[in-house]
Amino acid sequence: MTSSLIIELGHLLNISIKAGTPLLLASLGEVYAERSGVLNLGLEGIMLIGAATGFIVAYSTGCPELGVLAAIVAGAIIGLLHAFVCISLQANQVVAGLALVMVGTGLSSLMARDYVGIALKRALRPVKIPGLSRIPIIGEGFFHHDILVYASYFITLILWFIMYKTKYGIWIRAVGEDPSAADAMGVNVYLVRYICTTFGGAMAGLAGAHISLAYTPMWVEGITVGRGWIALALVIFAMWDPLRAMIGAYLFGTTEVLQYWLQMPLQAMGIDPSLLGTFPYVATIIVLLVGSFERIRKRIGAPASLGKPYVRGF
Amino acid sequence: MKSLKIPLFNSGRSPSRSYIKARTLLDHVNKGEVVVLMKGITKKFPGVIANYRIDFDLKCGEVHALLGENGAGKTTLVSILYGVHQPDEGEIYVYGKKVRFKSPKDAIAMGIGMVHQYPKLIDSLTVAENIALGLRQASVINPLPKVEELIKEYSEKYGLKVNPKAKVWQLSAGEKQRVEILRVLMYGAKILILDEPTTSLSPLEREDLFEAIKNLAQEGASIIFITHKLNEVMKVSDRITVLRRGRKIGTIPTSEADPHLLIKMMLGEEKVPQMISEWSLSRMRKHCEDPGNNIALEVEDLYVLGDRGELAVQGVSFIVRRGEIFGIAGIAGNGQRELVEAIVGLRRALKGRIRLMGVDVTNRGSRTIAEMGVAYIPEDRVRYGLVLDLSVADNLILRNYRRNPFSGRIMLNRSYISHWCEELVKKYEIKTPSINVRVRCLSGGNMQRVVLARELSQSPRLIVAFHPTMGLDVAATEQVRKLLLAEKERGAAILLVSEDLDEVMELSDRIGVMYDGRLMGVMKNEEVDVKRISLLMMGVRESEVDKDKARKGV
Repeated sequence: MTSSLIIELGHLLNISIKAGTPLLLASLGEVYAERSGVLNLGLEGIMLIGAATGFIVAYSTGCPELGVLAAIVAGAIIGLLHAFVCISLQANQVVAGLALVMVGTGLSSLMARDYVGIALKRALRPVKIPGLSRIPIIGEGFFHHDILVYASYFITLILWFIMYKTKYGIWIRAVGEDPSAADAMGVNVYLVRYICTTFGGAMAGLAGAHISLAYTPMWVEGITVGRGWIALALVIFAMWDPLRAMIGAYLFGTTEVLQYWLQMPLQAMGIDPSLLGTFPYVATIIVLLVGSFERIRKRIGAPASLGKPYVRGF
Repeated sequence: MKSLKIPLFNSGRSPSRSYIKARTLLDHVNKGEVVVLMKGITKKFPGVIANYRIDFDLKCGEVHALLGENGAGKTTLVSILYGVHQPDEGEIYVYGKKVRFKSPKDAIAMGIGMVHQYPKLIDSLTVAENIALGLRQASVINPLPKVEELIKEYSEKYGLKVNPKAKVWQLSAGEKQRVEILRVLMYGAKILILDEPTTSLSPLEREDLFEAIKNLAQEGASIIFITHKLNEVMKVSDRITVLRRGRKIGTIPTSEADPHLLIKMMLGEEKVPQMISEWSLSRMRKHCEDPGNNIALEVEDLYVLGDRGELAVQGVSFIVRRGEIFGIAGIAGNGQRELVEAIVGLRRALKGRIRLMGVDVTNRGSRTIAEMGVAYIPEDRVRYGLVLDLSVADNLILRNYRRNPFSGRIMLNRSYISHWCEELVKKYEIKTPSINVRVRCLSGGNMQRVVLARELSQSPRLIVAFHPTMGLDVAATEQVRKLLLAEKERGAAILLVSEDLDEVMELSDRIGVMYDGRLMGVMKNEEVDVKRISLLMMGVRESEVDKDKARKGV
């Protein structure tokens, strides 16, 4: 094989994973929130706030790592707010989530209005892992990334382990399936849901930070371009399983990247390449469509109490 | 009681410590000693006295049955013991110590466990995961292997067989019950409250449960067994306490009890009803002889998918004639629900034909089917039979509010409706303050009467009755059965699906048994024997039943 093809493929894998990482981070958090029974449609908004907060802090301190932390905290705060509204006030989760999107869109534009068009001087740079990065294709694909990508590998594994191999995982799944049964067994339903929802917000904030600090390290309004919605669809695609979320995120990442990749050949064939830009969104709509049939939802294991507030007693 | 050395319980202590305490404590308790003593318990709810000065005691190693009709106060009494309700008056002693439980947590800490009528298990989790959920000994990381081992240990000790790795939705009702009992035991309970545990079990599973209960008592557990079924009480209990309308009628040793005495105690001297079995049997005989040839319902090679996409009904065929009750027995979850829903048009049939009075109605939609004269008494009257927040009157007209006397072109004809509903309330003996009361406020029996009144007032040609007496007390049950028999005499065809085998055998002219989505065999009522049906319900094929019989030389 020509070495140039190997390099090309390695490069394609690399940017697919890079593009998939914000999707992965956001959907991992949402997997936890939804498994505990709380639907958070506001991912897009939280990601925007995370991206803006991270960018501002990184820009003004010159330290992108601080920006990452700030984004996590900002996301967690919004997540906590969503938890309060949905769990304590028992508001409609769909409405609350949609409201969050609007809040996030507006707030992020307002916060970062002086930064529009500015690029980050010190972004999160890719680091090669010595040794591993020399494996053909895989090395370039998996081991030549910024720290958030590496972190996402570990987070995925840890979250999978917690979900299926620890007592807390059983609690979370139980609370999302049948909160009254879990309550009867002494599990604190409200606490579990609060923690998972807040965590989901923090992860969405982190996902936003990856976009504004590593993937496209500059500020433009609406920088997430709908990735929050894609992440929501991914959760269904992943059947609420962290490992499957990883596979799904990279697949969606690939569809995002393919549009650049196929531009030339398509143009040569006389097809408008901007059609390709709709790829991820079309894929999202298909997943959402398929996932919204009640029958299929049950079969793929949607948490039975997803979206339903829990009220003790009756 | 004075011989007990009871360490004082510190309410501030964590429950896990108390579990251990409760356990070591038990080693001091000898069989026959009183472990629970309730004195003068009175509990009032708005408008009702649920319990009035009830005395109750439970001895170590005994099975003490609480017998009474629905609404007699059994559940209230044990809820008080379990800490769900607090008594208005009266005292409770557990292991000789006076207690005041604020919540079930306090009761659990004293080693009291409740096995609910419908096990509170989470379907999508495994047995081990369900048990690990509240098990304090379960470790945080990788708790399952240990829990699974513990389950095996307990299930061997008490003879309660379960597969810890199975998902709960795969289990039969009997297995779920066993999991629930195991769980309560593993959480450290030595005083067990079983709330109508046999409701959804097959006869064989019932026997297994009774065996297990006796075993438990043998091992030193003390058991309160709530039921309104006499034969169960006679089979399993050591002593019986009968409650009626919130009062205690008496406590007698089972050895001195007989069904007639117990019935009298339960229902009161003045209104011992003519027992249904005699009444219905004579009627049934009369009708059995000439079932007629008019086929009302014909189901042919029907396949229906269940909620999870599995084949819930597989190639079922049968007919129901006019003036006949066709009973389908079987343990819940063997496709009965899907079958019924397909017949009344609530679920798509994948393959096969459903004909009503000779007309093909497969997948024709519920309204079309209903308007052809099909009445449907659903399994879950609260969810599918009634709109709880509508009034009694509105619920009664759900089937015919569109039609002429009930509504004009636009407006409902309220005066006609209330007149018509008052009649129904009288005819079907619905006990309600008024027809404008929300159905939510009625008791279970009266809710079912509302459903029956609505469905049967249409003079249906086919009645699909799904668990029509589930959860009803003796009087309401009897009324429902009488109504069904009366409809049959009128000439309606009745498809009766029930888990209550006694009910199916008592009412049906022909009986089919469903197992795993298939109709295992159809027999005439005269040919039925319980053993054979039980085996069919457990999935033993007809031919094997015969073989089994041949082997035993029956």
